[in-house]
Amino acid sequence: MSMTMGTHPAHANAHPAAQANAHRGARPLLEVNDLKKHFPIKGGFFGGTTGQVYAVDGVTFHIDKGETLSLVGESGCGKSTVGKALLRLFPPTAGQVVLDGQRIDDLSAGKLRPLRRRIGVVFQDPFSSLNPRMRVKDLLAEPIRNFGLAKNSADLDERVAKLMDTVRLPRDAVNRWPHEFSGGQRQRICIARALAGEPDLIVCDEAVSALDVSVKAQIVNLLQDLQKELGLAMLFISHDLAIVEHMTHRVAVMYLGKIVEIAPRRELFGAPKHPYTEALLSAVPVPEPGAARERIVLTGDVPSPINPPTGCRFHTRCPYAFDRCRSDEPKLQQTTPGQWAACHLHDLPAEKNPLARGVSATLA
Amino acid sequence: MSASSSVVAPAAPPQPARRRGGALRRFARHKLAVFGAGIILFLTLACAIGPYLLPFTDTYIDIMQRFAPPFSGAHVLGTDALGRDMLARLLMAGRISLLVGFSAMAISMVIGITVGIVSGYYGGVLGTVLMRFVDAMLCFPSIFLLLAISALINASVSSIIILIAVTSWMEVARIVEAQIRALRARDFAVAAEALGASDRRVMFRELLPNAIAPIVVAATLNVAHAILAESYISFLGYGIQPPTPSWGNMLDSAQSYLTSAPWLAILPGAAITLAVTSFNFIGDGLRDALDPRMDGR
Repeated sequence: MSMTMGTHPAHANAHPAAQANAHRGARPLLEVNDLKKHFPIKGGFFGGTTGQVYAVDGVTFHIDKGETLSLVGESGCGKSTVGKALLRLFPPTAGQVVLDGQRIDDLSAGKLRPLRRRIGVVFQDPFSSLNPRMRVKDLLAEPIRNFGLAKNSADLDERVAKLMDTVRLPRDAVNRWPHEFSGGQRQRICIARALAGEPDLIVCDEAVSALDVSVKAQIVNLLQDLQKELGLAMLFISHDLAIVEHMTHRVAVMYLGKIVEIAPRRELFGAPKHPYTEALLSAVPVPEPGAARERIVLTGDVPSPINPPTGCRFHTRCPYAFDRCRSDEPKLQQTTPGQWAACHLHDLPAEKNPLARGVSATLA
Repeated sequence: MSASSSVVAPAAPPQPARRRGGALRRFARHKLAVFGAGIILFLTLACAIGPYLLPFTDTYIDIMQRFAPPFSGAHVLGTDALGRDMLARLLMAGRISLLVGFSAMAISMVIGITVGIVSGYYGGVLGTVLMRFVDAMLCFPSIFLLLAISALINASVSSIIILIAVTSWMEVARIVEAQIRALRARDFAVAAEALGASDRRVMFRELLPNAIAPIVVAATLNVAHAILAESYISFLGYGIQPPTPSWGNMLDSAQSYLTSAPWLAILPGAAITLAVTSFNFIGDGLRDALDPRMDGR
């Protein structure tokens, strides 16, 4: 994927590592601080709570204006839960979500509703995320009406038509039903809906995972174009590292409800600073006949989020794990400018640290 | 798969613009439903204007023509034990029975949909309390409940309507609750919420239209049920009181003459059967017609 679509030089230079910290001066668009979401397990005769699923257990990140942050990880690591919790589709257990300086995690439903305009969302499955009983026109008009953006019905029609242009769909398709569209076209409608409120941030929850490869490329390119045209920030939740490498500015890697590494794209893909990231990257297929990577095959399964391992959550599968990993939980620490990893290896002297290497050294 | 970096919209296959009235076309393909709708339309019109066209009123007593069999004289469908014209009585009774059927359905739908949608959408304690209340209501055998209450109150058409409505909304509430609970978790409902829709909007604009098919079926069945319920309360003597005719109390008064004048029972019985089965056919047809995905099949 990444080979065929090429790289976008504009994005490669947009956020070099040196700038990654400069955001501290300006206020980031979205800040998520120590976000937790635990789901109670109901059971027993009286239906009491018998345990907790630690789906998201302390996640912190920020997204700047116009920036793409990708959230990657295996199935079940909590990346979609992060997206849904910050959208307040369910209340977070703990932590803060700050949108442009305003906390949105503790707002009442009524106060939150107008603020939803600023965050659009695109879900994974374009076949279930459009109401089958509504025409495209009504689907697009709904958020405009909800947020009271149109002055009159002519303005509403004009906005709907513009949205169709924005996502490169023919204007006369507004009278059709969702089931008359292909998956890619439906996803364009979903994107148009997400854009209807003129948001600053779009959360793409596996937005291209359900599409076939060529359509996937079109949608990814559309998202990138829209980001440039409209200056959108994006939280791109995905498990597809090839797509992520193609389109993101920064990447956050999640494992079992925690972020284990967060870094600018070039640093993360060039020189991962967490063993889990390293293993994930080694699993990305090389789109070249005969070529292969040296695979790091992890043993065992992902531990249960109901009863996560003590210490570092990755120690049960980590090829480099040592004593301290089993007892001590590592904190995110800056390894190189802009690159943060939660791993005890970085406390070891450099010659004992298998991950201590620069970007250039790994591209063999 | 060499995708260019420019964005190319996938070519939309040319399709004729959808006509409004697609639902009507789909309904028209359902032969039995059209037949049922025709019957109901005919019954409704006949009951509404028929009595004005007949030479006899439903209370006119032609004492010389008692027990006249159908098609034997001036009285097309014969006369009853008092010599009253059966056709006039059937049509007047139809007014009452259909009125009771439709009104009781409408009221029970409003109650059932409201209870179902609120408990399905909010769930939790509120949903549990409401649905356990539904269960409790369902525990009463509705026929005894109907009879017990109608024995206590003054039987009139409006009290019978309310009585039937408050004993028949529970199935609807259950159907709606189950549908809404399933739809609530679907992506489009979550997306609507994320796009700023209010709870009421999500409930009534997003979720309810998607649950319409079983609701419509339940509604038509409810009309049928209400007509039947009215019939058997009246049959047992607690419902619509003579001389106001209803199909139920006509059956009641026909009991003594089953062998000597069977048309007295057959005619209102046929009217009840015809109305009830027609409503069921209509329900079937509407279920298909209201689903836009059935288009082109």
